[in-house]
Amino acid sequence: MDTGLLKGRERQIHEKGDKPFEIECDKGSLSGAVSQRACVFCGSRVVLYPIADALHLVHGPIGCASYTWDIRGALSSGPQLHRLSFSTDLREKDVIFGGEIKLEQALNELIELHSPKAAFVYSTCIVGIIGDDLEAVAKRASEKYGIPVIPVQSEGFKGNKRAGYNAACRAMGRLVGTSDTSAISPVSVNILGDFNLAGEIWIIREYLERMGVEVVANITGDGRVGDLMRAHGAAVNLVQCSGSTMDLARMMDDKYGTPTLRVSYFGVEDMAQALYDVADFFKDQDPGIVERAAALVREELELLMPKLERYRRDLNGKRAALYVGGAFKAFSLVKAFRLLGMKVVMAGSQTGTREDYEELHAVTDEGTIIVDDTNPLELVQFIKEKKVDVLVGGVKERPIAYKLGVGFCDHNHERKEALEGFVGMANFAEEIHRTVMSPVWRFVPRNEESSGE
Amino acid sequence: MLLRHTPNEPSEREVLSINPAKTCQPIGAMYASLGIHGCLPQSHGSQGCCAYHRSMLTRHYKEPVMAGTSSFTEGASVFGGQANLVQAINNIFSLYDPEIIAVHTTCLSETIGDDIPAFVHQAEQKGFIPEGKKVIHANTPSFAGSHVTGYANMVKAMVQYLAEPSEEKGEYVNIVSGFIEPADMAEVKRIAGQMGVESILLPDTSGVLNTPQTGTHEMFPAGGVTIEELKKTGGAKKSLALGVTAAAPAADALQAKYSVPSMVLDLPIGIKATDRFVSALAETAGIDVPDIVTYERGQLVDVITDMEQYFYGKRVGLVGDPDQLVALTEFLVTLGMVPAYVVTGTPGKKFEKRIAELTEGLPTKVKAGGDLFLLHQWIKEEPVDLIIGNTYAKYIARDEDIPLIRHGFPIVDRIGHILFPTVGYKGGMRLVEKILDAILDRKDRDSSEESFELVM
Repeated sequence: MDTGLLKGRERQIHEKGDKPFEIECDKGSLSGAVSQRACVFCGSRVVLYPIADALHLVHGPIGCASYTWDIRGALSSGPQLHRLSFSTDLREKDVIFGGEIKLEQALNELIELHSPKAAFVYSTCIVGIIGDDLEAVAKRASEKYGIPVIPVQSEGFKGNKRAGYNAACRAMGRLVGTSDTSAISPVSVNILGDFNLAGEIWIIREYLERMGVEVVANITGDGRVGDLMRAHGAAVNLVQCSGSTMDLARMMDDKYGTPTLRVSYFGVEDMAQALYDVADFFKDQDPGIVERAAALVREELELLMPKLERYRRDLNGKRAALYVGGAFKAFSLVKAFRLLGMKVVMAGSQTGTREDYEELHAVTDEGTIIVDDTNPLELVQFIKEKKVDVLVGGVKERPIAYKLGVGFCDHNHERKEALEGFVGMANFAEEIHRTVMSPVWRFVPRNEESSGE
Repeated sequence: MLLRHTPNEPSEREVLSINPAKTCQPIGAMYASLGIHGCLPQSHGSQGCCAYHRSMLTRHYKEPVMAGTSSFTEGASVFGGQANLVQAINNIFSLYDPEIIAVHTTCLSETIGDDIPAFVHQAEQKGFIPEGKKVIHANTPSFAGSHVTGYANMVKAMVQYLAEPSEEKGEYVNIVSGFIEPADMAEVKRIAGQMGVESILLPDTSGVLNTPQTGTHEMFPAGGVTIEELKKTGGAKKSLALGVTAAAPAADALQAKYSVPSMVLDLPIGIKATDRFVSALAETAGIDVPDIVTYERGQLVDVITDMEQYFYGKRVGLVGDPDQLVALTEFLVTLGMVPAYVVTGTPGKKFEKRIAELTEGLPTKVKAGGDLFLLHQWIKEEPVDLIIGNTYAKYIARDEDIPLIRHGFPIVDRIGHILFPTVGYKGGMRLVEKILDAILDRKDRDSSEESFELVM
């Protein structure tokens, strides 16, 4: 790795080998880098967005609302209010004289128009600078309409996406604990950090229900204000995508003593482990649960494994590269690719922590490149050098892979198929197979040359 | 119904945008910058801005979109973004080696009052700008204008920074492009070529954001107007600005600074606007319109003639950017259709006046600074037969069961705009085909069995 690296980035990249593992992360991107990262506001917006019966008002210039208008496939089984875009559309005079009056009026109009169950008001960069008092406006609106109105301190410049996750968790923390929990079963959970992309949370809920577990709140996917308000009544928080919701889990642990189970629903091993962990957690209250979990896993695997066989034949030995938002996903993906007979040759994330990368280092093979906060030039270099067959990433990575003539799988919010659970593993295998085996790669110039066409 | 939250009665909304029909200035500036060959746009603000703009442009063009960011932190927002930009310039030239960096500001850097020229000067003094390389900038606060004015500001900055004076005027024209697709820009060049007019198209995103699959990733693709060409714009015979909102400011700047006469035209969409563009080219070159161009025009008129019965009186709801809407409105009137609602998010009273002139005698409602929520309410009051707008209009189309033709920015669910122009006579033919497909497919779907027709 000697070319294409921004000076100062060397320590954010590691190739697994003889050297002891060391990586720098959780630091600001270098100025001028074509980073794939986003901002605080983005982090808050993605976590809160799936709360479908809340009003999401973006207090700022129009762009912040425009760019986040229904771009995530976080499905709702009921209200669709979260899919609309509301903005105070701040103009020059508001920047000079302040935007509070405008915000208040906008809130009033919107609450009257849509009667939401709660309202989130997102602060953007400029609001942080002009100093609008969101708390005061929110308090007045809340008193006037009798619903929670919660400011989200998500000024873009106050860190990266992780800081936005934290702001979102603090906002959600204000809802938790405000409603009656008496009817909740002792065998109950909240699902945190699953965004119900392509309906994934419904798969997980179904598994849990089959095991006899009540789901109190799917906090960040197909979410409802009312569920959040009674979420403290659940026996345990199942936390996926630890970066985005771990802070809420911690708050709930501190305040209500709700313990946390860290889970991942991607890939067979992690999905099964998640269910076993839940069963183990409840085995004293419900001794039959362990057997029910095992039976569920057995049934699902019997359905899944024959389906995987055909994909494995074609995919065996192919190489994958991963560049994901949070690192947790990378662990599961490494294992999922292994199940398909594939090799992960590069794994990276936008916002992984030191512990994340240590874990990633432990699960990957020799020679795998581990990278924090990468950029297109590096990606291109890794993909070429490691002869990658498929890249897993998000919207900005897709065309890079395609230009290089390698397959792509969106494992981010633009995924079109559910990738969680056992059924998700089948979908994942099918999607990887579809892209890796696509006939179009025959027309990539270097492949045309090598096949002598 | 996704938009079940839209009430029927339009309400007065002064402080609130619901489902916007615009976005912010910086993305327009970023798009314009990509139309300079070898340019890396630099977003001077928080990281999110750059990520959002790149993502949105990527969704629209399905191409890698490269841009740097000053990655503002809390410190930068207090002490200013000087260190960030100076370091960025150094990093960008040493790693990515572009010919030029085009810096645009954001709401954040504007509000804290960053002085970009001073920062660039400092970078220069530190030796961070290699010999022959350029750094230009445009002020594009997100709280003013829209993506269209952001585009206009960056194109203006190109000529303000780079155009050079010339003793004698050359035998070439500047064509200042509006905020249109790469395929449209290529078509504008093709038409100028057919006319035998030597021209400089600025900016020019063709060959940048519609590139072929090559198996490699080019940080800086082959297309784009070059710095040398931009230098020459000061010595052109004339500037033709295609669009009063997006293109005129650059042409006017060249007139003010270098006495290059500025001629502001509409985007050449539809027969009449294309006629005016072709005439302007012919006049400038002192030639007659060549047969090949007349032939294409004739084909367009012919296909409209063949199908005229299907256009007449059909009501259309339009949403998009001002320059596109002006030209489309004129074209629809030419076709005998009724532009019933014309909504843009970009503010501007002149726009409303222009649409009113074009639709005189027709029951047309127009709104600048409007949004899709308003368009939806109008459609609920009295429906239309067809909607023309960007992808976001699909919610209304679905809920009200009205056919939609995608046109404008962004289109994130179809691909035609990447490859096929809607400007010029050829583009007119494509639009006519799309309009007819939409209307006739609907007729086929809705006709009763007995009135279902084979021949149309």
